[in-house]
Amino acid sequence: MIVHDEVLAARAPWARVVRAGETLRVVDLGGNQAVDCLLYDAADPVHRYSAADTIVGQRNIFLVEGTQLLSNEGVPMMTITATTCAYHDTIGGACSRESNTLRYGHHTAHQHACVDNFLHAAAPFGLGKRDLVSNINWFMNVPVGDDGMLGIVDGISAPGLSLDVRAEIDVLVLISNCPQINNPCNGFDPTPVQLQVIAAP
Amino acid sequence: MNEETRTATLAGARDDARSRADGAPTTGPTVPPTAAPDLPVGVAPGSVVWDEPVPGGGYASCQLPRNAVLQVSDPDGDACVQLLVYRADQTAERLNVADTVKVQWQAYLGEGALLLSDMGRVLMTIVDDTSARHDCLGGCSNRRRNDERYGDGSMWGPAPNGRDLLALGAAKHGLGRVDLGPPVNLFKSVRVGGDGALHLDGSRRPGTHVALRAELDVIVVVANTPHPLDDRDSYTVSPARCTAWLGGPAADSPSTPERQRAYENTALVLGAHS
Repeated sequence: MIVHDEVLAARAPWARVVRAGETLRVVDLGGNQAVDCLLYDAADPVHRYSAADTIVGQRNIFLVEGTQLLSNEGVPMMTITATTCAYHDTIGGACSRESNTLRYGHHTAHQHACVDNFLHAAAPFGLGKRDLVSNINWFMNVPVGDDGMLGIVDGISAPGLSLDVRAEIDVLVLISNCPQINNPCNGFDPTPVQLQVIAAP
Repeated sequence: MNEETRTATLAGARDDARSRADGAPTTGPTVPPTAAPDLPVGVAPGSVVWDEPVPGGGYASCQLPRNAVLQVSDPDGDACVQLLVYRADQTAERLNVADTVKVQWQAYLGEGALLLSDMGRVLMTIVDDTSARHDCLGGCSNRRRNDERYGDGSMWGPAPNGRDLLALGAAKHGLGRVDLGPPVNLFKSVRVGGDGALHLDGSRRPGTHVALRAELDVIVVVANTPHPLDDRDSYTVSPARCTAWLGGPAADSPSTPERQRAYENTALVLGAHS
């Protein structure tokens, strides 16, 4: 049973508590749309998603079907139960106005960015800048070359691809529908995504 | 009735406490730091502001002014130092490992690499590096992981976990667990295979060091604990040493436009346009 269903506009933030057993479904409506995501234990937000623990736990940087999204204390917060996009990123972080100036030039300082979406979405829950850590980037492609070269390249997603991620505990989910226009993470064209919450079976 | 001990009286207890510094081993910080041994060539003893061994399972922290150089060394070759960095006068600004690797298009740190804040500025520059084995991806161990691997991962036990030690170091500067992002690991590297698999290079390699120049006033917090990918059954980590001195020269001109703009942003908040 679908308990929540909405289309999140391009460039927009989103937050919701997903209860243990519920599944969050994210659908990449337009194709190659990065969806930045952070997770917090709804009962104790200092206990939160850890990209490092997650990739160390599975000894691989790519998030795939079956990946357990671990907290900074090593606790499974969510599990990827299905994904039609082969893998997702969690080492590339979120774009910010500030880092955009380094990556693309000082003229980008006033372009909208994911960190501002996270800050906006987090505030009603009493969370702020100190609570932001390395995040998940659904549908984003960040390979690492043999020499350590790393970066965002053309995506491997497509219109209609989706992922299901099941909450193992009550989780506050923050999402930024990435507004970046300077790299291929959104195909240089941010688009809406569909967000559904499906009740526990 | 127990026989009276030498600490039964106030004066006796004071004399006993004072006697404990007599002939003590030199495992603590060098006091004064200007007496630090084995300084790098060209470093004046009078410029040294911090010199402290960090035992395996230990932690330390220090506030350092802009232009100070922090050298972290691994004399015995099996240290694994988790490093967190905060901007001292505005601690909500801190090391961001994701931006550090993404902005520089490089997952593996080396000489010339920047430790970037989450505000698009340079916290520290790697100015010297004989290790070239560092890791921005793997983070640190936590209680649960060390409990599983070593039996008791408590910070007061025989196999202290990195996260709880970093929390203590951060707490000494008024920071809390909320402020613990993923750290950089020094002296152990993680390489990423073409399939995304993580491979730890944790072999013992004595006598290396890495030196980082503070580009803003910073708080550094370090812990010295086995890498979370360290598969050895025993809690194995050799002592590290932190030595810092004032007046390190600026790094050479940055080699990339991203690094150039990071220094430009840093100069903006200093009011010093270089």
